[in-house]
This record gives sequence, structure tokens and C-alpha cells, in this order.
Amino acid sequence: MTTGMTVLIEFLYLAASALFILSLRWMSSPKSARHGVWAGEIGMALAIAGTLLHRTPEGGALHYQYILIGLAAGCIIGVPLGRVAMTAVPQRTALSHAFGAFCVTAVGIAHYYSQVGEHIGKFEMGVLCAEVILGSLTFTGSLMAAGKLQEVLPQRPITYRGANLVNLSLLAASVAVAIYLILNPGQTSLFPVIVAVPLVFGILMIIPIGGADMPTVISLLNSYAGLSAAAMGFVLNSKLLIIAGALDGSSGFILSVIMSKAMNRSFTNVLFGAFGQVQASAAPGGEARTARSATPEEAAGILGAASKVVIVPGYGMAVAQAQHKVRELYDSLTRRGVDVKFGIHPVAGRMPGHMNVLLAEADIPYDRLLDLEDINADLPQTDVALIIGANDVTNPAARDDKTSPIYGMPILDVDKARTVMVIKRSMSPGFAGIDNPLYYLDHTLMLFGDAKAFVGDIVRELGHGAH
Amino acid sequence: MKLDLLTGLFVFMLAAFIGFEVIRRVSPLLHTPLMSLTNALDAIAVVGAIILAGEGKTTLATILGTIAIVAATSNIVGGFIITDRMLKMFKSSRPAGKQ
Repeated sequence: MTTGMTVLIEFLYLAASALFILSLRWMSSPKSARHGVWAGEIGMALAIAGTLLHRTPEGGALHYQYILIGLAAGCIIGVPLGRVAMTAVPQRTALSHAFGAFCVTAVGIAHYYSQVGEHIGKFEMGVLCAEVILGSLTFTGSLMAAGKLQEVLPQRPITYRGANLVNLSLLAASVAVAIYLILNPGQTSLFPVIVAVPLVFGILMIIPIGGADMPTVISLLNSYAGLSAAAMGFVLNSKLLIIAGALDGSSGFILSVIMSKAMNRSFTNVLFGAFGQVQASAAPGGEARTARSATPEEAAGILGAASKVVIVPGYGMAVAQAQHKVRELYDSLTRRGVDVKFGIHPVAGRMPGHMNVLLAEADIPYDRLLDLEDINADLPQTDVALIIGANDVTNPAARDDKTSPIYGMPILDVDKARTVMVIKRSMSPGFAGIDNPLYYLDHTLMLFGDAKAFVGDIVRELGHGAH
Repeated sequence: MKLDLLTGLFVFMLAAFIGFEVIRRVSPLLHTPLMSLTNALDAIAVVGAIILAGEGKTTLATILGTIAIVAATSNIVGGFIITDRMLKMFKSSRPAGKQ
């Protein structure tokens, strides 16, 4: 390869790296975020163009036919994956983590078998093992997560005795084989082990995970995918890959930390995959407590008379596809001069930011969507807190009851509002199987029914009142 | 080779710190598009796959490389499309042009 060409390629990679960093930098605000996508696209185009200029070690051009077939097939698969419904974004994200991890693993395997005849250094073998192990477990783990989110697989966590022991031994076994391979890179027969064992580990890791833990799990898999790409960068000696992998890895890491804090799980708990344990639910209180219920008409009367309303959406809103009806409610109340805000818990929904995307899709302005701290400052001055399909994130027991399994988890202080209204199908407890004392408070009204239908009824009642 | 490794570690360390600082500033509003964007950027692994498939050292390398290109390209294309679709939906209630 001529030096001039090498320098040109390296400069293209340098520009791509800078554009990738800018791309994430512009994501800091919704105003500049779309520029971030454009920067990423240009960076990606430059990087691919630079790569196509590469020469084979013999100095010839690359075989473009396979590359073009791959790029074309990728576009054919990628376009529909980019056009899925917004409600399918969590499973699409999980699926793309699987694709990314597959790419990294496949390249790692091919690299090993084409280099093994020559010399593979200890460090190269070490990062190669890291790449393949992380890639394999992320591949099956993400496929499992996508399957659960798409509801092809049962959503309920499946637990069995000694699950952690099995998982940790699988992990330990792959690390042990990896260490042996680092010392003896020529043992080709052992290499499939560090692919196969992590593949099984990835499946077992996600089996005990329930829906409510998905935001943490998806973030963690995101981080693993990034780290495996960075390891691939070390193997191929590509600084561009190291940078992109490190950016993705740190992004997933930060999101995992935010999610685990929002669920009050320690970070070690998350790192070792020991999440999703369903604690035995606390025995329900002895005395029979009664909840008050209300009709759409009564709810509309209270909402129409309020001056400040906070709506708290949860996964139930997404399941019922109620976001467009919620938007009608927002419009109707805003027209009456009611100040309507939304309180978004970090783990509401199935992935980080899930609720924000659904509400933005329904055309609710983003400056009305407030996160935990901001909305908690507002709630004591709020007339009505309307909870739609959220449960554990509003449970006051997490704040007040030291014996509660979710004690310490930061919650939305909806009980501090003057009136609390909860749209819910029935009194059944939420995902964690924990009773919610919020429903028995004197100023709580239960609105039993399907979220979409009930919100629709409230909107209609509000409309009648206006005429 | 030793120097390359060290340079790589420096690059990784610096990029990780930049990643932390930049991503800490991302509004929680945009966490979903952030994840789909980093996903698309992470598919830069396609450069490794292109070289693998293009050099065609062994049949195994060509086959795995080509499939890897397909997987990565679909992440690039799908990731950018969906990120842009999501970001287009985020609108402010304040009139455009005013802060």
C-alpha cells in the first residue's frame, strides 16, 4: 500500500472519530440533536469510504463483490428496521445490539482462524478473547431480551435454584479457557469453547429477567456491545473502532448506572447480572383496606376544576396504546387553562427514555415532560396527579416503609398532590408483586378500566362540560 | 507492536473519558434516541468486516466477513433512520425561533 493512501485513510478515520464525538455532543439538547444524526452519518460515510480504499497485503484492491453484496443486503434489512412503530423501539434496540455483537463475534472468529498459523501475541489473543466472549454473550442475551420484549418469549422471569452459581461457573469456565488460550494461542480446538459457553451464558443471564428490569438490562447489553467493539479495535489496531467502542461502552455504562440508581440496585448487583430476583411479596396488611373508585364523569369534573395537573405515565400506557388519547386530554385541559405537566420516572417503560418517545410521538411538547427531581418539586403544589399504567414507581412504601422490598427506590411523590387518580385495570399488584398503599389513601381515587378507553371517556366528559 | 498497544490504550482511556463527559450532558428526554444513535455509531465495526471480506484470506473469513457486513450495515441504516424519526417528533411548546 502506498504511504499516501495510508495517510489519506487515517485522516478520513480521524475526521470520522471527531464527527462521532460531535454527534453525541449534539444529543445534549433536542434542539441540536438532529445535527448529531447528520454528523454521525457523514462520519460513517467517510469511514466506509476510507475502508474501501484499503489494499490487500499483496497490494491489490479489495474484492468488492462480497462487500457490495453485504452492504446492499444490510440496507435491505436495515430500512424496515428503521421504520418500525415507536412502540416496538425497545425490541428493535435489543435486536440491533444482537446484530452489532454478531458482527464483532464473526470478525473475531475469522481473525483468529486466519491468523493462528502465524504468530498471535499474548495481548492480541487477550483482547481477541474479550471481543469474542463479550460479543457472544451480548448476541444471545440481546436476542433473548428482544424475544421477551416482542412477547415471543414469556415475559415473566423464570428463576430456578442455583441460577447464579450456574451462571458464574459458565463465566468462570470461559475466562479460564480464555487464559489458557492466551498462553497457548495455537490450541485451535479450544477456541470454539469461548464462543459456545458465552452463547449459553447470554441465554441463561436473561431468563430470570422480568419486564420491569428491561431498562437496566438493555443499557447493560448496550455497554457490553460497545466494549466488545473496542476490544475488536485493539485486535485490528484500529483507533477509530476503539474510539467508537469506548463511546458506546461509556454511554451504555452511564445509562445502566442511571437505571440501577432509579431502581435502587447497587452497581455490583447489576454488573453480575443478579437482577430480576423476584422477592416474595410482603404479606398484605391484616385489616381490610378500602379503595375509593370514581367514574369518568367524576374524574373529568375534578380535572376540569384543577389548576395544576401532573400526569404520570408508565408501561401500562404503552401497552394500552393510550398516548394519543392522553394527548387529547392534555389539549382539552390546556384549552381550559389547566397547567398540565408529565412526570417521567427514569425506569418507566421498557428502556431508558421510552415514555418520552411515545409522548413526543403523540405531539406532546418536550418541555412539558419533566424528570423525577423536577416533578417532585412540583407535586406538593399540584391539584391532581393522574397515574396511567404506572405502579411501583409511585409506591410511597419505597420512601416510608423500611420493610418494603423496594424500600429506597426513588419514587414520584404523587401522594403529595391534593388528589391522586390512578387508572388501573384492577387492584392486582404490579410487576414486583408489592402492594401499593397509595391506592388506599383518603385522597386517592381509583379509575378502573382500560387506560385508552378511560382517558377517552374523560376527554368526552370534559368536552360535554365545555358546551 | 508494543507501541501500538500503548497508543491504543491511551486512545481508549481518552475516548472513554470524553464519552462520560459528553453523555452525562444528554437530557434524559433523549435517552432512547441516544441508545439507537450509539448503536448506529458502534456499527463502525463494519470497517473490520469490510477488510475481512475484501481481503478474502480464507473462505471462512469471506463468509463470516460478508455476513458481518450485513449485520453491521443494517444497524447503521436502521439506527440512523429511527434516531432521526424519533428526534423529528420532539417539539417544543414555545414558538420556533424563540428560546
